Amino acid sequence: MKGPSREDAQRPSTSTEVIGQVLSGDRRAIAQVISLMERGGAEAREAIAVLYRHTGRAQVIGVTGAPGTGKSTLVNEMAKAYRRQGLSVGIVAIDPTSPFSGGAILGDRIRMRDVATDPHIFIRSMATRGNLGGLARATADATHVLDAAGYPVILVETVGAGQNEVDIARMAHTTVVLQMPASGDEIQAIKAGILEIADILVVNKADLPGADNTVAALRAMLDLNSEHDEWHHGRLYRVEVAGVDSAGLGESWRSPVLKTCALRGEGVAELVVAIQAHWQYQGNGGLRERRERERVADELRRILRYTLLERLLSQISEDDLEQTVQHIVTREQDPYSAAETLIQKAGLVSQKV
Amino acid sequence: MEERKIRVLIAKPGLDGHDRGAKVVARALRDAGMEVIYTGLRQTPEMIVEAALQEDVDAVGLSILSGAHRTLVPRVMRLLQEYGLGHVSVFVGGIIPDDDSLALRELGVKGVYGPGTALGEIVGAIQRGVASS
Repeated sequence: MKGPSREDAQRPSTSTEVIGQVLSGDRRAIAQVISLMERGGAEAREAIAVLYRHTGRAQVIGVTGAPGTGKSTLVNEMAKAYRRQGLSVGIVAIDPTSPFSGGAILGDRIRMRDVATDPHIFIRSMATRGNLGGLARATADATHVLDAAGYPVILVETVGAGQNEVDIARMAHTTVVLQMPASGDEIQAIKAGILEIADILVVNKADLPGADNTVAALRAMLDLNSEHDEWHHGRLYRVEVAGVDSAGLGESWRSPVLKTCALRGEGVAELVVAIQAHWQYQGNGGLRERRERERVADELRRILRYTLLERLLSQISEDDLEQTVQHIVTREQDPYSAAETLIQKAGLVSQKV
Repeated sequence: MEERKIRVLIAKPGLDGHDRGAKVVARALRDAGMEVIYTGLRQTPEMIVEAALQEDVDAVGLSILSGAHRTLVPRVMRLLQEYGLGHVSVFVGGIIPDDDSLALRELGVKGVYGPGTALGEIVGAIQRGVASS
């Protein structure tokens, strides 16, 4: 077989050449660098160090909701809508990794066949690889790569979410939460979790019976939110009432509830308009800058946690770990003291609380 | 640092609608710890190779029961070369006569599997194919 060998395909990940290819939008280079981000390590850090200053331009839109609510189908239709505006679209679609085998079936492309060969759409399927919260560890990095490659719109589809997969809200500029008809009563709608993170609520499969009831229940939930306070991405902002009523400035964002039938493309144009309205709303009064600081702070904390843990675990021998586990099992030690001992032994700063 | 995961694209090119075999194989690869990108029915060679590129896969499995393998497989092989994906191992499953199987292997296909093949054989072949290429 001719063509580049496997080694050639893997090695140049950090070379300035491949990074340059990413910046000029080369799809093969983008794919390879995303794989590098998934593997992590020193090479990935070098690559992101170069790419990062080219990021911060894209609008990141999260799409989340329970399994089977139509996320992939809706993302497919949204991508088509943005393409009609002449924008290229990056898509990152996440599916769960098996906790038993470590394998995964990534099936989001099945619903994205309409856009599969559009050269201005890049789709990447990603497995969670044990990460909780609805995203993979490398999802944020993948959006950075697509951002640096010049995709102005990036759609992130989370795993089929239950009630607690809310990490997307911290990463995306706008979070769209999908529900479908007959998916629970008003009590479901006032529980904490996924509905709280919605900037826009969508009742998909709106051709099914019960759609209007679901819309009414969601609107009733939103009516319970107080006037001038806004739970924005899980954090209360006092919205400055500046006395300016044009373009929504000084008013809090009220999450709209929309109906779509993604399979037929119905309601998707209205959804894209609502997303733009939310984007403009964030541009007013410095909300986007505040959100960006919060997102970066969150990302930094996440990276610190991950990096410190990796570093710590690499300092602890398998034998030590086994022995400690045995001590805990026999109740000679409690797990907290044992952890403290291991941390001290690894030479990391100890903290007495 | 995470270990290297094998990523495999499972696709059904052409017009037959029998995807049970593809699903069974996809499931077996998942259980062997691989990440399987499943694209579904009626894929063109262009769609398959574009997906292989974007997903940065190590291997592509093509399931064909329509008899069109001598048209579809050479096109996939040629496009992989054109896209600079010559390092991707290709496997074919389905109803493939022995003579054709030989012809496909001459094109660079790493393995051809008919009905009754043990799943472990396919898993092992993909693992070896990825390791050696």
